[in-house]
Amino acid sequence: MEADLPVPDPENGAGPLLVLLVVHLVVAVGAPVLVRWMGRKAFYVLALVPAAAAVWALTWTSRVVDGAAPSESVTWVSELHLALAFRLDTLSWVMTVVVGGVGALVLVYCASYFSKGASGTGRFAAVFMGFSGSMLGLVTADDMIVLFVFWELTTITSYLLIGHYSDRKTSRRAAMEAIVVTTAGGLAMLVGLVLIGTQAGTWRLSQVVADPPPSSGTIITAVVLVLAGALTKSALVPFHFWLPAAMAAPTPVSAYLHAAAMVKAGVYLVARFAPAFATYAGWRPVLLVAGSATLLLGGYRALRQNDLKLVLAFGTVSQLGLVVLLVGYGTRATALAGLALLGAHAMFKAALFLVVGVVDSAAGTRDLRCLTGVGRARPWTAAVGAVAVASMVGLPPTAGYVAKEAALAALADDGTTGAVLLVMVATGSVLTMAYGLRFWWGAFGTKPVVLVGGPDGTVVPPDGPTTLRRRSPLLGLPSGLLTVLGLAAGMAPALSERVLGRHADTYPGPAGHLSLWGGPAVAGVTAVVLATGLGLFLVRDKVEQLQARVWHPVSADRIYRRGMRQLDDFAADVTGAVQRGSLPVYLGMILMVFVVGVGSLLVTSTQFPKHVRAFDSLGQVALGGVVVVSTVLVARSRRRLKAAILLGIGGYAIAGLFLLHGAPDLALTQVLVETVTLVVFVLVLRRLPTYYSVRPLAASRYLRLALGLAVGLVVGGLALVAGSAPVADPIAKHFPEQAVDWGHGHNVVNVTLVDIRAWDTVGEISVLLVAATGVASMVFVSRRTGRIFRTDEASAEPGVWGRNADPPTEPLPEPDAGAQRNTLWLAAVATLAPRRRSVVFEVVARVLFHTMIVYSVYLLFSGHNAPGGGFAAGLVTGIALTVRYLAAGRYELGEAAPVQPGALLGAGLFVAAGTGVVAMVLGAPVLTSTVVPLDLPLIGHVELVTSLFFDIGVYLVVVGLVLDILRTLGAELDWRAESGDDPPFGVPTRRPSPPVASSSATSPGSPANTEAVDP
Amino acid sequence: MNDLTPNLTLVVVIVALTAGGVYLLLERSLTRIVLGLILIGNAANLLLLVAGGAAGRPPIVTQDVSADAMAEGMADPLAQAMVLTAIVITLGLTAFLLAMSYRSWQLHRHDEVADDVEDRRIARLAARDRPSVRGADTDEGMDLDSEAGETRDETDEPAPAPGGAP
Repeated sequence: MEADLPVPDPENGAGPLLVLLVVHLVVAVGAPVLVRWMGRKAFYVLALVPAAAAVWALTWTSRVVDGAAPSESVTWVSELHLALAFRLDTLSWVMTVVVGGVGALVLVYCASYFSKGASGTGRFAAVFMGFSGSMLGLVTADDMIVLFVFWELTTITSYLLIGHYSDRKTSRRAAMEAIVVTTAGGLAMLVGLVLIGTQAGTWRLSQVVADPPPSSGTIITAVVLVLAGALTKSALVPFHFWLPAAMAAPTPVSAYLHAAAMVKAGVYLVARFAPAFATYAGWRPVLLVAGSATLLLGGYRALRQNDLKLVLAFGTVSQLGLVVLLVGYGTRATALAGLALLGAHAMFKAALFLVVGVVDSAAGTRDLRCLTGVGRARPWTAAVGAVAVASMVGLPPTAGYVAKEAALAALADDGTTGAVLLVMVATGSVLTMAYGLRFWWGAFGTKPVVLVGGPDGTVVPPDGPTTLRRRSPLLGLPSGLLTVLGLAAGMAPALSERVLGRHADTYPGPAGHLSLWGGPAVAGVTAVVLATGLGLFLVRDKVEQLQARVWHPVSADRIYRRGMRQLDDFAADVTGAVQRGSLPVYLGMILMVFVVGVGSLLVTSTQFPKHVRAFDSLGQVALGGVVVVSTVLVARSRRRLKAAILLGIGGYAIAGLFLLHGAPDLALTQVLVETVTLVVFVLVLRRLPTYYSVRPLAASRYLRLALGLAVGLVVGGLALVAGSAPVADPIAKHFPEQAVDWGHGHNVVNVTLVDIRAWDTVGEISVLLVAATGVASMVFVSRRTGRIFRTDEASAEPGVWGRNADPPTEPLPEPDAGAQRNTLWLAAVATLAPRRRSVVFEVVARVLFHTMIVYSVYLLFSGHNAPGGGFAAGLVTGIALTVRYLAAGRYELGEAAPVQPGALLGAGLFVAAGTGVVAMVLGAPVLTSTVVPLDLPLIGHVELVTSLFFDIGVYLVVVGLVLDILRTLGAELDWRAESGDDPPFGVPTRRPSPPVASSSATSPGSPANTEAVDP
Repeated sequence: MNDLTPNLTLVVVIVALTAGGVYLLLERSLTRIVLGLILIGNAANLLLLVAGGAAGRPPIVTQDVSADAMAEGMADPLAQAMVLTAIVITLGLTAFLLAMSYRSWQLHRHDEVADDVEDRRIARLAARDRPSVRGADTDEGMDLDSEAGETRDETDEPAPAPGGAP
């Protein structure tokens, strides 16, 4: 289609357009500072930026008219073939000139429009610049995704501009309405663009239009979705209602966004795709119906508005319908007329809004019933308004007149459809004539004014013209300039045709013309239209009364509000039904989905294995039996501690199952973890009542049991299927070989942890660190660390674990002589309450501790080749510390490990991650291990594998976790019980533990240190 | 790593652990929930192990075996590595949840997971079809004209003159 279409050049670099966009962004960011510094004069500076865009486009005029299309692109996401691609062809050129030119003029207008002390001008300026930049990007983007991004940016900035007076409910609601409607359309458009992009195999707009994918169901759907975006953005029926509501925005915003720029984005999109898709099914019905309906409805509603901005808003709705109809019709002649009208409308409608702003700011009202005599007081403003209105209604020799003549001529030549549309356009033009005249009469005429808000709408006889305040003469300049331009364009139709013809040429069909004389037939139609419109204006009172009487069956606005209300209700209903706020219900739902979803897949699309082995060995059956029995007992138990112990028994049995399965590492770890778990349970459960505070939920018991069995059976089914249905060779097949060759170790599980899948392990020890921190914060609440209890700080009186729920009634037996004579078995044993001491335990702890530490070091070092490793070693060290703590209390723990657990955790993670980073720094992939041969005295030749350091990191983290548990749930809870401030709540006073209301469980025979009770 | 026939005993153990775990998980007492989670954790560990294949030699390479024969008859080391870390993480989780039940005890003198009050309130309002949020969007009161009459830009230096009406 266009010979100079750029070859799909992956990279032809950034150019002036990208620079302009970046400048917009930078200036937008800096605008608030500029406004604070210069006041409203800053708007003059800001106006330079969109002006630069327009000037840049103008320098390209002759080349673009000759068919050049400067393009630039920078790769964005090459994997997705996304590029920041921009292109300036004729259509983009027109839009750029409109966006930049009107933007600059409106900014100049802003400088004298807002009062000096107006609020939020800095934010306004920033968002306005942001909008201007987004609009520039939108009309020049050559990548469909980039187009969408800018499209949504204009939606967001327009939302912010409409809601500029965010303290007004009206503004907020109008802004919300606009963003909901246009975003909904934008999302539909995104789907459409993606469909088109995948069908066409390219994201480049120019390539899609040059070589459109053939018509198919998918493409038709896609095109209709794209049109949905265009219809919402350009406020066409049935989405038109947001535009009149958006008049809550400041008037300059209405002039720029809602007359010249943003609402034209939809027109732009239609004009962009029409050459490619106008002949496809769906395109013309959608656009022609929506366009004509909008044209008529907008004009009809404009006749009865009293607010000048609302008259213009409904007029804009009407005109947008006409433009979309012409541009989307699909022939060259209509397209030419449509493009001309697009330009003319941008000029006269922006000018009219600015004129309304002038009148409004001088008179203090926009209500045409309150204005009189303004035209006599402000003849220049009235003249500008008159010429702009002339262009709107299509009086010669304005640009609007030329465009409308071309439209009538084009439609008259185009068969039945054309004839029907001709009637529509003529009717719309009659309405336009009527509301145009009424607008000018309302703003500038001298007439009786109505006391608005009067109880009976009293007509007050004119007692003189509306009082006007002086405004800067500069305020009239932008609208005057726009009007003159509109007049000039109308006088030079041949020039317009030459410029716009380039894009119109991409449409098929008869070549239309832009001229001041469209032939006698067209002139006759125009004359009839103008005369009828004049007549309608003359009987305006009757028209208004008629409109007031006619019943409006549906109002799109009301439908929207009802819809939103119902959406709210529906959301609340769904929330109320789904979000019950009950954990068991949530979990039950999740599990139900699991049972139904996974279960049905399991039954329908998998094959259960034909053979199963009953068991591997009798030992396995026995241990399995232990697990099953303990599970049942845990579930049935009503005592907390009993349940915890039964759980431990099951856990040890599982360790046995691991061992029989050929997993000595797992068995070792399971035994150690089970031990620590038991300790944790005991430490916490001593603070809780013996029995559950409420009885098990009896009513739902069988339901829960049924769900439990269902989940169990599905998981069992998974176990049967998963193991027997491999779809690929196990990845672990090569692990042994890799472990020896690359990991330099013979314990494949350990090498997997510290080398082959070391990244996983880094993640897992991070989880441990988080869990430990969580435990600490649950106990300390506002601090990460507690104190380390050292013996030299302990009070002289031995009292650890001394407070008791059941103080002995008879005098304590004297501590036995051995304990008194030799307190050196454990350093802190002297701090224990005498009757808490156990010499046997002390001796055992004394002997065991160092043995266990040595064993853990052995496990750590040998783990690479034999069962063991960082996890097991850390747990053994942790248990050694636990033994010290249990034997002699918190001071003993402080002596055994005088470090903060946080330090251990942090150091561990640092060492583990650091090992990986060192490898990376040395040029190998992260976490690569190497062998360092060493000859050590006494020990001999040692091959030190660097992954050992990783394992040391793991070791430190695990030790830190156990130490954290002992510090918090052990030492800290002990201290609180003894100092009597267990229930904190910020209450420092010692108060007796309140009796447990819901539980009668604190039986006299509860374990010795269950509850701290004040003496 | 060769025999993938599932072991029925282990499957039965998994079913029992899961069923018991879910039964406890659906309770309100945090202690029971912790117990349930641990049982489910054990079941998941066994499931991983079973999915890795049948029992075999411990995955420890003896010095003098050729590279090809190494994997022969060996239990799946990957499943074991996963289970190993899972076991330790379960410990961290247990400690955290128990600390939470201690905190709950400290604050409320019970360790039950109570229902969310806010959720209940929303459900009550929804049942009566009353809006849970007061949104400007859904108002139907105003019409465009009266709204437009209220909306003026900040253009006046002094106090606004009250139009042309006397």
